[in-house]
Amino acid sequence: MEYVLEMQGIVKSFPGVKALKGVDLRVRPGTVHGLMGENGAGKSTLMKCLIGMYTANEGSITYKGEQVSFNNVREALEAGISMVHQELSPVPERTVMENVWLGREPMRPGGIFVDHKKMLQDTIDLFARINVNLDPKEKMGNLSVAKMQMVEISKAVSHDASIVIMDEPTSALTATEAEDLFRIINDLKSKGVSLIYISHKMDEIFGICDDLTIYRDGEYVDSRNTKDIDQEELIQLMVGRKLTAMFPKLSFEIGPPIFKVEGLSSGKLFQDVSFELRKGEILGFAGLVGAGRTEIVETIFGMHPITAGKIYKDGVEIKINSPRDAIHNKIGLLTEDRRGNGIFGMLSVADNTIIANLDHYGLPLNHKKIRSDAQEYVEKLNVKTPSLAQEIKNLSGGNQQKVLVARWLLTDPDILIVDEPTRGIDVGAKSEIHSLITRLAAEGKSIIMISSEMPEVLGMSDRILVMHEGHMTGIIDRADATQELVMQYATASV
Amino acid sequence: MISMSEGAKGGVNIAAIAKKNTVWLVLIVMVIVVSIATGGSFVTPVNISNLLTTEAIKAMLTVGVMFTILAKGIDISTAAVLALSATVSASLCQQIGPDTLLHLSTPMPAFVGLIAGVAVAAVVGFCNGFFIAYTKIPPFIATLGAQLVVKGIALLYTNAYPVANLTPGFKIMGQGFLIPKVPNVVTVAVVVVIIGGVLLTQTRFGKNIFAIGGNDIAAKVAGIKVEKNLILAYTFCSCCAGLGGVLLASRSGSGIATLGFNYELDAIAAATVGGTSHTGGVARISGVIAGILILGVINNGLLILGVSPYIQQIVKGGIIVGAVVWDMRKHAKKA
Repeated sequence: MEYVLEMQGIVKSFPGVKALKGVDLRVRPGTVHGLMGENGAGKSTLMKCLIGMYTANEGSITYKGEQVSFNNVREALEAGISMVHQELSPVPERTVMENVWLGREPMRPGGIFVDHKKMLQDTIDLFARINVNLDPKEKMGNLSVAKMQMVEISKAVSHDASIVIMDEPTSALTATEAEDLFRIINDLKSKGVSLIYISHKMDEIFGICDDLTIYRDGEYVDSRNTKDIDQEELIQLMVGRKLTAMFPKLSFEIGPPIFKVEGLSSGKLFQDVSFELRKGEILGFAGLVGAGRTEIVETIFGMHPITAGKIYKDGVEIKINSPRDAIHNKIGLLTEDRRGNGIFGMLSVADNTIIANLDHYGLPLNHKKIRSDAQEYVEKLNVKTPSLAQEIKNLSGGNQQKVLVARWLLTDPDILIVDEPTRGIDVGAKSEIHSLITRLAAEGKSIIMISSEMPEVLGMSDRILVMHEGHMTGIIDRADATQELVMQYATASV
Repeated sequence: MISMSEGAKGGVNIAAIAKKNTVWLVLIVMVIVVSIATGGSFVTPVNISNLLTTEAIKAMLTVGVMFTILAKGIDISTAAVLALSATVSASLCQQIGPDTLLHLSTPMPAFVGLIAGVAVAAVVGFCNGFFIAYTKIPPFIATLGAQLVVKGIALLYTNAYPVANLTPGFKIMGQGFLIPKVPNVVTVAVVVVIIGGVLLTQTRFGKNIFAIGGNDIAAKVAGIKVEKNLILAYTFCSCCAGLGGVLLASRSGSGIATLGFNYELDAIAAATVGGTSHTGGVARISGVIAGILILGVINNGLLILGVSPYIQQIVKGGIIVGAVVWDMRKHAKKA
């Protein structure tokens, strides 16, 4: 058997997007196989199709020589495929061993009572098998993230896994903890287990992976043996798309600096970030997921405490402790998580539009002005809604996003921060948002735009600030910006 | 550009109105059923006046508690606050006699009693709001604690004796008729409902509470002072209960530490039946008015029909759970 797993022509569509457009993956037994690609390349989606969290629309999966299709995670687990998730999901108040055997506790004869003695012994045996040094009776919540991960891996192994999938396993680990993880990975490998490894860290990839498969925008690019490829070529394969001129970028004179951040840090979230923003400029924030971009703008907007550094606006230092302070300083933030902290689903389009601007409607509220303001911006931004009274949750994602932009425009900000402004919205609305952002910049507003889509960052930004693991790795001018250069900064491989 | 859907614009859409006001339809149906069942004795002016007077105090509590439910919280301390306000206000307005609670040389004017009663309530409400907003303890727990503490204080304050023999000036508040034929408690209840409605729809505070109940993180991001508004909501809720307490003491002629037993639950029930969603962010004052009246019709109608009070409780319980199930389904379908 040459391959333990063969996935062929996997297609997965979500409403409005085709996340996987017929991709392949072949994993040899007893190897570590790295999945490479930018944010949104489709790596995680592919893995979710494998383990039965998603059902692929097309394609075939051959596992140990047999055609399979798992309906849920449990079936995949029982077949010997398990995934250690990026976000671990332990039950913190229970012990390590209870977490390992959750849902399949060994029972005493009769099947009513849990056999704690056997559970303990099984756990000790399991830990011994893969050289994990943990107390089975420790409370899960007391463990470090690294140790919780060990528990998760043990759990995977306890299912007699043939394939263990790890999605960004080292993102929360220190260097020594990561070393421990690599030791366990090598251990598993020598026992014939295959590992599918998703990571953005180049040194890890080249350190532990035997094979690599590269994806881009939901398509299969290439498979290589790690020793036949170097970092430069890998990055090229990851980002090597043709850039089309679909961005309505306007060129105009950019004004003087109006906003400056100096040595800004917020605890462990990010450290020592400095940049300047000029009037009418679009400053792109690039970086891989988890690099700390969202945390920076949320800190500027008063959602996380500032632990070091200063913020200046129009040359004067400003203090921001809450979103309210930021709004008073004429800063607006279109958040990344539209449902979580953007819209008020049960409220009307009109109320959603004017909610950040309530101070301006007097007492009793001037409903006529509220309606006319909402109407004005709904028309200006071409929001498609049956009426102003419509509950916003009934609108499409793109239209909800436009309402949120309207909300901030009503407060007349000097600086508008947009975090993944086009995520999860359809192509038409996307290009509308793009022209809107450019137009706002042309009108003299300064824009900070976080985007995980490389073409968007390159197409829209005047300058691009690149982050890597909580640190700024560089600022690139539009003229010098290429996909390869941004990716090199983003993976800190410069 | 807004593309108006047809039908929303043209003509009166009866089905849409009915759908939006189901709770009023339910009320109307209930009134008809009860009227027929009682052979007409339900719809006499005397009985209607009776019903309204009985429900008036609870109506005040309901308006208050609506704000806390709207803010995705709850207040179960309202009845205890009512009792404390009743005893405090009554104790200031006792006629001079051998066994007054405070041994004042002269009784205070009625308005002092009123203000003191509401002020005490405001303090409790402020504390509720403060703990809920800043320590993030669940509102149910915060107000459960407040309920016990406040009840204890009221009992301690009065030694569990009724504070009776109140001044005529104090008693006239709850017993008089400022508007001919309309008992003052009903008038005040109507005023409280109107104030509630105005706060809800005509002020920033109202909009803020809708937003906080709907999505408190988004509210913060939109620059709303979430903590301050929560404190205001709980304070307002308590003040409504305090006002109810003063009027109840005045109407019944004595302040008792056990007044308003279970009123907090009736108020929550009325607000809930009236469409105030416990998932936060949804409430309409018209619905809440209907909710108050529905509970009133059940109480009063079953009483006239001679149904055992135990069965009344069972009916009420069923209706409340039914209302919430229906509400959840309605919202789940839309989402």
